[in-house]
Amino acid sequence: MIIGLDVGGTHTDVVLIGEDCILRQSKVPTNPSNLFESVWTALEEVTRDVPPESIRRAVLSTTLTTNAIAEQKMVEAAMIVSGGPGIDPECFRTGRHYFSVSGSINHRGREIQPVDPMEIEAIAALLKSEGVRHVGVVSKFSVRNPKHEIVIRDILGNDFENIVLGHRLSGNLSFPRRIATTYLNASVYPVHKKFFQAVQDSLQKKGLNIPIFILKADGGTMSLEASLNSPGQTILSGPAASVMGSLPFSSETDETLVLDIGGTTTDMAVLIRRVPLLDPVGSEVGGYKTLIRSLKTYSIGLGGDSTVRIVDGKLKIGPDRQGRAMAYGGPFPTPTDALFVLGKASNGDVEAARRGIQPLAEQLGMSLEDTANRIFDQACNMILEAAARMIDDINSKPVYTVQELLEGYQVKPKEILVLGGPAPYFAFRLAAMTEFQVHVVPQWNVANALGTGMAKNTCELTLFADTERGIAIAPEEQYYQQVKKDFDRQKAVDLAFKLLKDKCLQEGASESELEMEVLEDLQFNMVRDFYTTGKNIRIKVQIKPGLIPEFRDIAERLFNFCPLPGAN
Amino acid sequence: MLKTVSKTGLVFFPAFDWAIDPTHPEREERLLYTQDQVFEEGLLDIDGIVEYKPDMATIQDIRRVHFCAPDEWSVLTESHLISAGGAKTIGIEVMEKRVKRGFALVRPPGHHAMRVVHGSRGFCNINIEAIMIEYLRETYNIDRVAIVDTDCHHGDGTQDIYWHDPNTLFISLHQDGRTLYPGTGFCYEMGGATAAGTTINIPLPPNTSEEGFLYALDHAILPILEDFKPQLIVNSAGQDNHYTDPITNMNFSAQGYAELTRRLKPDIAVLEGGYSIETALPYINVGIIMALAEMDFSRVREPDYQPEKIRQSRETGREIERVVEEVLDCWRKGPETREKYLAGKPFVPRGRSIFYDTDNILETQKENLRVCGDCGGVLSIDSETDTGYHIFAVHIPRKACKACQEMGYQWYDSADAKIYHQIFLQDRTHDQYLVRKA
Repeated sequence: MIIGLDVGGTHTDVVLIGEDCILRQSKVPTNPSNLFESVWTALEEVTRDVPPESIRRAVLSTTLTTNAIAEQKMVEAAMIVSGGPGIDPECFRTGRHYFSVSGSINHRGREIQPVDPMEIEAIAALLKSEGVRHVGVVSKFSVRNPKHEIVIRDILGNDFENIVLGHRLSGNLSFPRRIATTYLNASVYPVHKKFFQAVQDSLQKKGLNIPIFILKADGGTMSLEASLNSPGQTILSGPAASVMGSLPFSSETDETLVLDIGGTTTDMAVLIRRVPLLDPVGSEVGGYKTLIRSLKTYSIGLGGDSTVRIVDGKLKIGPDRQGRAMAYGGPFPTPTDALFVLGKASNGDVEAARRGIQPLAEQLGMSLEDTANRIFDQACNMILEAAARMIDDINSKPVYTVQELLEGYQVKPKEILVLGGPAPYFAFRLAAMTEFQVHVVPQWNVANALGTGMAKNTCELTLFADTERGIAIAPEEQYYQQVKKDFDRQKAVDLAFKLLKDKCLQEGASESELEMEVLEDLQFNMVRDFYTTGKNIRIKVQIKPGLIPEFRDIAERLFNFCPLPGAN
Repeated sequence: MLKTVSKTGLVFFPAFDWAIDPTHPEREERLLYTQDQVFEEGLLDIDGIVEYKPDMATIQDIRRVHFCAPDEWSVLTESHLISAGGAKTIGIEVMEKRVKRGFALVRPPGHHAMRVVHGSRGFCNINIEAIMIEYLRETYNIDRVAIVDTDCHHGDGTQDIYWHDPNTLFISLHQDGRTLYPGTGFCYEMGGATAAGTTINIPLPPNTSEEGFLYALDHAILPILEDFKPQLIVNSAGQDNHYTDPITNMNFSAQGYAELTRRLKPDIAVLEGGYSIETALPYINVGIIMALAEMDFSRVREPDYQPEKIRQSRETGREIERVVEEVLDCWRKGPETREKYLAGKPFVPRGRSIFYDTDNILETQKENLRVCGDCGGVLSIDSETDTGYHIFAVHIPRKACKACQEMGYQWYDSADAKIYHQIFLQDRTHDQYLVRKA
């Protein structure tokens, strides 16, 4: 049995998955001021009377780190950055404790200016005196040569609780994003650690000694232990949970647009033949552009509870939510109230909904039904327009080779999968308005928890080799090797795969999950004075996001609910 | 959050899978380190810098500028269409006012490609700036354009294309032709009979450093631009004046290029040459992008930058002052030179040899221009290569008068197909291009 648990903004969903169906499912209200309590309540409910040894794993997706950033409740980590020539690192200041220090590495990974140990010692002394316990260290081009980050950490010594080094978090280039990513990882570390320590302790106390996995923003999982090295990867895992849950119902041959229509927002993502599309650089969260690997998602302020009003004689929906729909006792009319007026929803106060829409109808000079239809259609159109913008954005991503430009691969989804509260109504209307095949994800109310439970491990690895300098490095893995002139692209790919496999197993993956693929594979002849002096090789490999293999083929059946005896 | 002052468009197309040959300076590796630096600096994340995917130029775009013999696909590859298309994309974004300025950081380059193309010369096959400019003229109704070529080599291709066009000011700033390929670009090369003065050459002595370049900019280029009043300024932003460039002898720097860009304020910059791929290009390109966006570039410099080490001598400075005087003199003499031609013979011939160093072809050209007081004048070109290929081409300029148009069609129709492999007509008044084969 597997537990999948997704903490959302309003509800926490949990499922207990058996061999080929859902054994238990539950929804408890999320208590934002005490997430642990919500998680624990949900876990207790779903594991009641279940023999601990029959639970293979539990996968959790939480808004813990996302909220910590949004509400500025994280510990402000100190940052030590060395830039060298280029944009002034002061432009990327993260907070009060931000130190731009000397030292410089160039694009080839060569040291231009060494670190000044006295400068770092002085900073260390200052931070200690101010009681700062968490530090991030970033140097420009550290993914080409991490020496300066390592030197700085060694000087800082053992006097700090946690020191995060930029090159360990991503192999991608971008000094400003590396700074932001390192800062977030260092800053959410304490809250992440405390939370999961509590979960683990409580489970042990209860005698449930089960492996815990955490869902990442890229739709993959990692073990709890691994998450302590990069808690930043859990930021924005929420949208990933629903997307993973919709995977079994998506087309195996075409591209799919996934719409998760919630109360406040509609989140969108794209699947390419059942594989979710990732953001090419990294996610953007709370105003920080990062190198955190994540699904390419897009969110608009439009949901079932969005406020509907008239502005300058025109109907306006969202982007704010002032409460629930009037049909459920809320203060303002919403698209959900329009559904009540149209008779598509009935489990609430229809009269209240009508009272909400009536003033809008009067201002527009239209009938109540026409107004409700207009609201509904406008909401659908807003979703479709946003989806078109997202797909445009994906398709206008620049490419850097003649071949890729000529091939001109374009994403063109043919179907839409809808999840969320008003999913069935929207699906029906969207189907009528467009050429898309539109489907509702069955059991959409627990699809997020199911997706969380079924997601497999994902990993990415970057390998950089420069045979003129005689080096091959995989910065994220602290891997460094001297190579000879005969080192080439094929050897580099083989090495990258080997390192990727080690990394995954370390992060708690099982052998069967290791579906490896090459994302980028470039080799350049380096020529100096008309002679070839070496090869410059850049490799990026990954484990594709997806569902754990044993569930992939039976995933559709899994969505059947076959309650355990004794379940509520 | 970092923000630009001016919204700046960028097409970055390093063509990582295209080379003239594996060890040629124009090879896959050329913009690799520039990409590393641009990505690592996070330039593409800056609010106000927008990256665009390049369009592909069309065959029609090329025919507006060039006579390709025997045809377009024989002298170019897809990579050239993307490079020209990238410049075009930036041009469109600027004209549509979606960005204030733009930079086409593309390869292969184009400023040595002349109107007639038999092959590749100076690593160039088609002139990417001219293709962009003529597309913009056709689409956006702009007339007066200035091109400022800051590549170290004389932009002889662009000069050739606009030699007879009084509405295009071409200014080339380069290392003295007596010391560097292509060996042309002297002050006295100042344009054809009807466009005398709108070609400006500023040959600088070897070892010119920042102060020399900026002196020429402030004392010659900016005043001449002020006089000419262009609607659009295009910068052919070659980067081989750098002190580490392997095939030239100048002492310019990333700071210098950025400062030049800041003062010149081009609407559009297009990358041309520059082969110090590791120690110069990454820093110059970052500097140019930030200067276009009007951001603070004071910390952008090469790791080994020591201004005092590359400073020009006093003799060099005096020589530059002398050249600038001569340039200004040529500029002032333009109108009277034109008057003299108009009062003279009705047709002006020009004969010359053109060597295609990259493809090893020698071309002999005989030009004939109608000296017209109403337009640039219709032009015919008789071109024969040492490989035995012989063409006849007629160019009717964009604003040709009725008489020149009629004469152009008459020349095209009456050319003897037995003498030539092909006969071309480029009618810019109707955006029409005709070919007759023997």
